[in-house]
Amino acid sequence: MNTKKIIRVLIAKIGLDGHDVGAKVLIYWLRDQGMEVIYTGLRQSPEQVVEVALQEAVDVIGVSILSGSHVEIARKLMKKIRERKLDDVLVLFGGTIPKDDIALLKNEGVQGVFPSHSKLEDISTFIKDKVKLAEA
Amino acid sequence: MAKKETEVRPVVSILGTPVKTFYGPEDLPDFDYKTNLNDPGEYPFTRGVYSTMYRSAMWTMRQYSGQSTSESTNERFKYLLKNGQTGLSLAFDLPTQIGLDSDMPLAEDDVGKLGVAVDTLDDFERIYDGISLDGISTSFTINATAPIILAMYVLVAQKQGVETKKLRGTIQNDILKEYIARGTWIFPPEPSIKLVGDLVEYCNKEMPRFNAISVSGTHILEYGANTIQAVALAIAIAEVYIREVLKRGSDVDQIAPLFSFHLPIGGRNFNFLEDIARLRGARRYWARLLKEKYGAKDKRSMQFRFSTGGMGGGLTAEQPLNNIARAAYYAMAAVFAGTRSLNLACFDEVYAIPSDLAIRTSLRVQQILANETGVADVVDPLGGSYYVEALTNEMEAKIGEIIAKIDSEGGIVKQIENGTIQRELAMQSYTLQKRISSGEKVLVGVNKFQIKEEEKDLEVYKTDPETINRQLQRLKAAKANRDEGKVQDTLKQLAAAAARNENIIPHLFEPLKAKATIGEIIETLKKVYGTYKEPTTV
Repeated sequence: MNTKKIIRVLIAKIGLDGHDVGAKVLIYWLRDQGMEVIYTGLRQSPEQVVEVALQEAVDVIGVSILSGSHVEIARKLMKKIRERKLDDVLVLFGGTIPKDDIALLKNEGVQGVFPSHSKLEDISTFIKDKVKLAEA
Repeated sequence: MAKKETEVRPVVSILGTPVKTFYGPEDLPDFDYKTNLNDPGEYPFTRGVYSTMYRSAMWTMRQYSGQSTSESTNERFKYLLKNGQTGLSLAFDLPTQIGLDSDMPLAEDDVGKLGVAVDTLDDFERIYDGISLDGISTSFTINATAPIILAMYVLVAQKQGVETKKLRGTIQNDILKEYIARGTWIFPPEPSIKLVGDLVEYCNKEMPRFNAISVSGTHILEYGANTIQAVALAIAIAEVYIREVLKRGSDVDQIAPLFSFHLPIGGRNFNFLEDIARLRGARRYWARLLKEKYGAKDKRSMQFRFSTGGMGGGLTAEQPLNNIARAAYYAMAAVFAGTRSLNLACFDEVYAIPSDLAIRTSLRVQQILANETGVADVVDPLGGSYYVEALTNEMEAKIGEIIAKIDSEGGIVKQIENGTIQRELAMQSYTLQKRISSGEKVLVGVNKFQIKEEEKDLEVYKTDPETINRQLQRLKAAKANRDEGKVQDTLKQLAAAAARNENIIPHLFEPLKAKATIGEIIETLKKVYGTYKEPTTV
């Protein structure tokens, strides 16, 4: 069976940060690339995000954080993801992220890190490559 | 045959109109100096709200800061004052902004991150340790919890022996833009507008030298509004607050002088002369609005006083030192536009909250402008320029047009509640992003003049990881040392006052003195006012 799959993405705001225009810009872009995108809204906990990801059977979770708390939040989120056996889901982080922290996030198991001002094309290409590979 | 004209690069203004290669008298038909401009300090204040502007007092140089715990913020304040800063601007961490204590669920990852953590009055008092409140003004970027922060400021001043009437400063107190752009809401719009009114009313009676509100266009711009929309929306929002206070029986000339604005300069749509014309046009629009629509008689009510924020959204992650040059142009535009106070985003803000070096550099950019360039010597030096005056006319008209459209669609509050405005602006942000991606909109270092080699990493500010533990210990100690019965009693009285729909500011002093936390006060008020639920906006 080789039915073409539509990539499903969950864009999440975890923590208290209320800057979500970057998240929304990415949502519009990914939709224009033919993906199905769900948005959690503000002030979500890692638990809530993982539950939505499970219910919606998403391929990708993209977390947007501009408040500087990305490392702590990644740690909590990845722990929940492992607990709920969502290991196949591609996890991306974006936002105000200093270069030094990229390695820290990857250590936690985040696969793609896209600091503010990353190119939209780079994010969608990354998703398409990774999700395709997982399907193959 | 005539010689072929040199090819001319087409330019379109932010208003969508074609820009000519030069302007002349025919662009200003019916121009009348007294009606259109008048001298600085005279109605309609196009040229400035004061007659002598920077010849009598330089703009206030006020870099936004606040970090980690109250001690470390106190240190940074003293550092900035030592370096010649002339006003303070306090940043609070997110839990403080949305009414959570440092020990509440969801708060821990954000304690002390984007600003200082304040749980009880003790924290607030330590921020001003050794800084006398009668000698300096502070700008507080706080909205949903603004009434509590104002009450803390009054209490700390009292303890220092400074009269409430003498306190100077500005509190943002602009909740409506939080639903659009920044997300630090707590209660639904209606009770939130009521609280904005409480604060204005209180300051009107008790703190006449304090700006009770600073309606902000800056966050709206970052969210996707263009420069002209950011000003128009701020004015539309200000009118909501004015109506709120007027309906309580205040006189417009009592409350309008307490209004100030915080407006963006710079950002992705920055255009030096357009931005200057936009702020000149806004001054004239506001003067006419207050006089004609609200019947103001006092000159001060008609003065559109604003501070400006040099926007981080225009700065780039690539080649970050280029941001110093960008900020310098923003600063110069703000000064030509007659700003009263200026904060510049720092060159490393794309990566983290600014380092000491970055924040000092922003301050130096302002000091160089004030001391070495002469731009502050003459008031409104661009006044009378054919181009600037034609643009100012267009900008003023456009502000009116945007506001009239919002009003005809049910008003700004309705547009916020149903998410229309959020959707429109986010979509604009997306469109702009695509123009940058395609290279149509040039950003130096991003889509033009890039460099291949990896740049040396900036040394960015890092929050002390011990912040959270220190703050939690302190909160625990504060709770252990207070009279629990008194806390509960004073909170009960606060709830009762809120339920009676009274002005809550005077009812905040007793709970704060009893060391009730911000989180406890907000939980108490939520029972009366309810909690906001976001509409779907994508």
